[in-house]
Amino acid sequence: MKTEVVPVIPSPGAVKPPSPVQLRWRRFVKQIRKDAFCYLFLAPFLICFLIFIVIPVIMAATLGFTSYDGFGKPHFIGFDNYISLFTQDIVFLTKALPNTFLFALIVGPGGYILSFLFAWLIHQLPLRVRDYYTLVFYAPSMAGGVALSVVWIAAFSGDRVGYLNNFLLQMGWADAPVTWLQDPKYLLKVMILVSLWMSFSVGFLAMLAGLQTVNRELYEAGRIDGISSRLQEVFYITIPSMKPQMLFSAVMTIVSTLKAGAISTQLTGLAITPQYSGHLIINHVDDYAFIRFELGYASAVSVMLLLISYFVMRFAYRLFNSKGEQ
Amino acid sequence: MIARLRKLRQVSPFQIVLVTVFTALAAFMSLPIIFIFSHAFKPKNELFLFPPRFLVQHPTIHNFEVLLLHASNATVPFTRYLFNSLLVVSLTLFSVIVVSTMAAYVLAKYKFHFKGLILSLITLSLMFAPETVSIPRYLIINGLGLNNTYFGHILPSLASPVAVFMLVGFISQIPNDLMEAARIDGASHLGIFTRIVLPLSVPAVATISILTFQTVWGDVETSTLFMQKEAMRTLPFYVNSLLSGLQNNVAGQNMAAAAGLLIFIPNLIIFLLFQRKVLETMVHSGIK
Repeated sequence: MKTEVVPVIPSPGAVKPPSPVQLRWRRFVKQIRKDAFCYLFLAPFLICFLIFIVIPVIMAATLGFTSYDGFGKPHFIGFDNYISLFTQDIVFLTKALPNTFLFALIVGPGGYILSFLFAWLIHQLPLRVRDYYTLVFYAPSMAGGVALSVVWIAAFSGDRVGYLNNFLLQMGWADAPVTWLQDPKYLLKVMILVSLWMSFSVGFLAMLAGLQTVNRELYEAGRIDGISSRLQEVFYITIPSMKPQMLFSAVMTIVSTLKAGAISTQLTGLAITPQYSGHLIINHVDDYAFIRFELGYASAVSVMLLLISYFVMRFAYRLFNSKGEQ
Repeated sequence: MIARLRKLRQVSPFQIVLVTVFTALAAFMSLPIIFIFSHAFKPKNELFLFPPRFLVQHPTIHNFEVLLLHASNATVPFTRYLFNSLLVVSLTLFSVIVVSTMAAYVLAKYKFHFKGLILSLITLSLMFAPETVSIPRYLIINGLGLNNTYFGHILPSLASPVAVFMLVGFISQIPNDLMEAARIDGASHLGIFTRIVLPLSVPAVATISILTFQTVWGDVETSTLFMQKEAMRTLPFYVNSLLSGLQNNVAGQNMAAAAGLLIFIPNLIIFLLFQRKVLETMVHSGIK
């Protein structure tokens, strides 16, 4: 410790030396004041962020422990919602959960791999034509669910006028028109197909951009080091070089897959699909929230969905980080 | 084997096969888009022709006329939905750009308390889908008294982690020297922001504009949940309500076809304008 000679000026009311906590607090306030404009710039975004993202998540977590019908007061019931979700809710356990699982397992990784494959193929094309192909693949997701429903409904229409039915009948592959959207056997499959079709979205664009960042000299170097096929090139050079974009794209895919649910309603025109055949977790939330007004229970379901997406995302991070460290 | 592959790579057969197969695939993928265009111009008798024809034979704009004059609930005309949509989209676009660039600028270029926390929150909330917490959002909008106002459409989209995330990635690669030089020349924080950062981040701004436009223009959720008055709802909601009866009956299919095209066209135009900028931005926007 340094000892200093401090000129003692007798002040009125003898000031005590400020405690370390106080000192730190003061420095903190001073820095905050110095950076005031930073907070000012951030404020509009942060406020909206808090109100529409952070607080809703906290509220959902809290409401999940209550029984609430939207009119009275929510009252606390502990884990009852979660317990009945996993023990009594037959629709959730036998329909929503398996459907979501199947849907997400195919549309998520499937869409992701297809996005990468097509992005890679587009990248192999001459520069002049790349833009057109990008547009073609991106267009369906750009059009969005609402606009494309017009197409899907006409294509999968249940009578002979439906395009798919007409095609199958003409080719002799079907004897009678199939009610694609009403038959519980087919609905989920149609939903998966349609979602795959629209899965070339932001993540796809990010991958395309990522491919452009890969250093060309690496390929040269790789060839000298004994990389012999394009497949090896992709695995050992391309993907590790564009890891940030791959991860971004993975996160976007996970989000859009797990939040999908509107598609079943758009295809069938019903909030609840026939025999719950296209019932996803999001539909289950909507069902309890806006049809049965059991907001507490619905919140519990949506918390489960948030948790699932969080863990899937952790998995994606793990996947891409470990690959980079090799 | 290796030599053969290497040879293959330099010669064009691979590329020729690739281009042919890929073009066929691309053509197949674009069927829905072609269909939207052709369907919207079909006269009514062609819409239900048997056997169905994919392409329009005698194009007509009759569908658009019907759509324009049609009023749902006998009170709210189509033009009102269109007006709502246009107003909401333009206001949202403008505010998202301002709010997000401001936030991204300080997050990318300055050090301050809580910065790390805020950044990790934003990265975490990339996985956030508003659909998952629609109930609390509904309660909040109600509590703030924002239902049936345009704010109810606009404010929720201002919290756009994806936009801020992309902008932070892009702005942080703007050289600090530029800002330093401006500071020496006496520019204020605001001056640096408007004169240097904003002009340089035009590609990123274009990208988030496209993404925001697409989500807001096609969004049904705010109209369904936050708007109880029909007159405050937007175009996608209207189209959705046209569609919801479509599976079982035929009336309205011509209007739905035209409306589907109307929803798609602005997206297409904006994307065509900014396509290059999007890729330019995405280069800087990975998760590291």
